[in-house]
Amino acid sequence: MRQINLEDITKLTKKAVIKINYNLNNSLVSLIQKAKEKETSVLSKSILSDILENQEIAKEGNIPLCQDTGVVVVLLEIGNQVSYNGNIYDAINEGVRLGYKEGYLRKSMVTHPFNRVNTKDNTPAIIHTKIIQGDKIIMKIAAKGGGSENMSKVTMLTPTEGIEGVKKLVLDTIFNAGGRPCPPLIVGIGIGGNFEKSALLAKEAIFRDLDDSSEDVIIKKLEDDLYNEINDLGVGPMGVGGDTTCLAVKINYHPMHIASLPVAINIQCHSARHTEVIL
Amino acid sequence: MIRLNTPITNDNIKELKVGEKVLISGTIFTARDQAHARLINEPNPAFDLNGSIIFYVGPTPKREGFAIGASGPTSSYRMDKLAVPLMEQGLKVMIGKGNRSEEFRLEMIKNNAVYLIATGGAGALLSSKILKSKLIMYEDLGAEAVYELEVKDFPCFVAYDVYGDSIFKGNQ
Repeated sequence: MRQINLEDITKLTKKAVIKINYNLNNSLVSLIQKAKEKETSVLSKSILSDILENQEIAKEGNIPLCQDTGVVVVLLEIGNQVSYNGNIYDAINEGVRLGYKEGYLRKSMVTHPFNRVNTKDNTPAIIHTKIIQGDKIIMKIAAKGGGSENMSKVTMLTPTEGIEGVKKLVLDTIFNAGGRPCPPLIVGIGIGGNFEKSALLAKEAIFRDLDDSSEDVIIKKLEDDLYNEINDLGVGPMGVGGDTTCLAVKINYHPMHIASLPVAINIQCHSARHTEVIL
Repeated sequence: MIRLNTPITNDNIKELKVGEKVLISGTIFTARDQAHARLINEPNPAFDLNGSIIFYVGPTPKREGFAIGASGPTSSYRMDKLAVPLMEQGLKVMIGKGNRSEEFRLEMIKNNAVYLIATGGAGALLSSKILKSKLIMYEDLGAEAVYELEVKDFPCFVAYDVYGDSIFKGNQ
């Protein structure tokens, strides 16, 4: 068994939440740059320029990329040959607490659906845990904004609605969301499993590398087709029209019940802030 | 491009047409969900709504030596119903992001007001156009409190104008 010190989990979580809120990763910046070069609408081009200028200002380290510094989502993978003393969830939340304080990040978590009292330190993080083989701990950490999350949805289609049913659902969802979720978007889609599994698949999909594709031939084609069809919707950056509505479409799937075709769409804004930490 | 100085008059509103870039200078106020819910029942607001501009934003905490933290717009649709009584009291310009309800748009036209959008997710860039910020109401709301902002050339686009046009083509 490999012994892990939970203080390292706290330190790395803190570092990660600060880093992602001030720096967009290079592959995303280059996708936005390419989109800007191709964009034919003058207004949309100027919005894409603003987005690029914004990340230049933010990476100086004084002002976060976006005022919505998000809810922290952690996909936590714990190797079966790892041991530690104490509570790993507490260690992650301590990292969030310190990071949001020392990084001058907005605290967006409220305690209760109706009294809306702020927890004042952006905890608790939403943590999904998986046991994996090996002696590592992997944390995929995101700061997920409320605007794009509000436009996300889970729908239970019937099996015979098939690929066309999924396409229609995705296109309608993106079109109806318009400028609200801050396009250009990264669209994470989960197909299969059951009600809650599809949502988690969609969330995991938005953590994927921007330049990868599904290994499944049918799913890869659906990713490519939806990428083109979403951009053909003409929603455009911030909903003002144009060629750039999405930057990537990522689909994860899972076996499901014979009666079901669950589809979850998790929308990610252009300020896709996430990173991976391996211990 | 149009330069707009506060407070806003009815003549200013007439000049603003969908798609145009607007640079705002002067004093504007922040308010989002919870501040709206309180403002509509407020007998004595700490600022004059007449001719005012409200920016839908909840900034990040400011660092020492800075006017404000990251300050990009939040989604406007959540304020659609709550904006109506404020427009009736003279609110002229709202700055946010995304499309809004048809009911809101018609009320906005009736009240001779406009809706502008700023670039969502450009909180660092937009904060550089804010020279000063001062807490004026509802300190307990934290990031959702009402702040008075002094802005210079704050960049927006006209999203809905009084002539019935919308920047959101096919998706009003």
